Amino acid sequence: MNGPGGVGYLPPTGAEVLLWLMGAVALGSAVLVVTTRQVVHAALWLVVTLGALAGCYLVLTAELLAWVQVLIYVGAVVVLLLFGLMLTRAPVGGVAGLDSGNRVVALGVAVATAGVLVSAVVTGFRDAYADLGAAGSAGAGSAGSLGQSLFRTWVLPFEALSVLLLAALVAAVVLSRGDLGER
Amino acid sequence: MHVVYPVVLAALLFSVGVYGVLARRNAILVLMSVELMLNAVNLNLVTFDVWLADTLHSGQVLALFVVTVAAAETGLGLAIVLLLYRNRRTVDVDSLRALAEGDPPARDRPAEPVSRDVP
Repeated sequence: MNGPGGVGYLPPTGAEVLLWLMGAVALGSAVLVVTTRQVVHAALWLVVTLGALAGCYLVLTAELLAWVQVLIYVGAVVVLLLFGLMLTRAPVGGVAGLDSGNRVVALGVAVATAGVLVSAVVTGFRDAYADLGAAGSAGAGSAGSLGQSLFRTWVLPFEALSVLLLAALVAAVVLSRGDLGER
Repeated sequence: MHVVYPVVLAALLFSVGVYGVLARRNAILVLMSVELMLNAVNLNLVTFDVWLADTLHSGQVLALFVVTVAAAETGLGLAIVLLLYRNRRTVDVDSLRALAEGDPPARDRPAEPVSRDVP
């Protein structure tokens, strides 16, 4: 089962073993996020998942994205979710009612999704091989090269995103202040 | 690095997120599962960017944009959930059946009468 480049699956390289380990951590804690009975634990397991994914990005040489993941996801989004849990007075102890009654249907749909996606990508990318140490790809995901392409090629979508963030900020303020519409 | 490994990992993470969105009742836990799905997509983007050795880095830049949009989405989603909690005193998505067909159960009706136009 060799690819066009003649790279076999065995033995795995060090980067592949690292990615397996990080992926196992990410997947296991993701399963805990959706099955744990304590809502705060779900948020904390989400931190583990996102951190392991940041490790996967590092293995895939996407340095800047790994640190952005740690900063924005682990630093901001999870804290925001914890705020939401506290503000809606979520039960902190373990409760049985966190899962909906259609859990079996959900499991079936998830297994079907996994089957379709995994079989499709295994069929499609069985021979694909990404050379992480290629000569042209050194430092490809570093802050310097990614920033250059971000502020040269992709500067218009970048600015559009800042407008989007401003709109989301204003919308969140309007939604959470109930007295704004009555004046 | 064989492309299959990270891509299969992303597919499995996405499926876990699908399960969470469908099976959880707390709206904030649903938001967390959505974050899982978005992260699976990000892993795909990074993998294909590295695989194709794109000189414009479109995959990684798009992943950065997805992170930004996900942050905005979480902020807005939490604002909506808080508004919901303020109005209905619950964030249980199973009991919010105002848009469902048929008569909603009595406990799901809003506290104040909504049919003001009925004579």
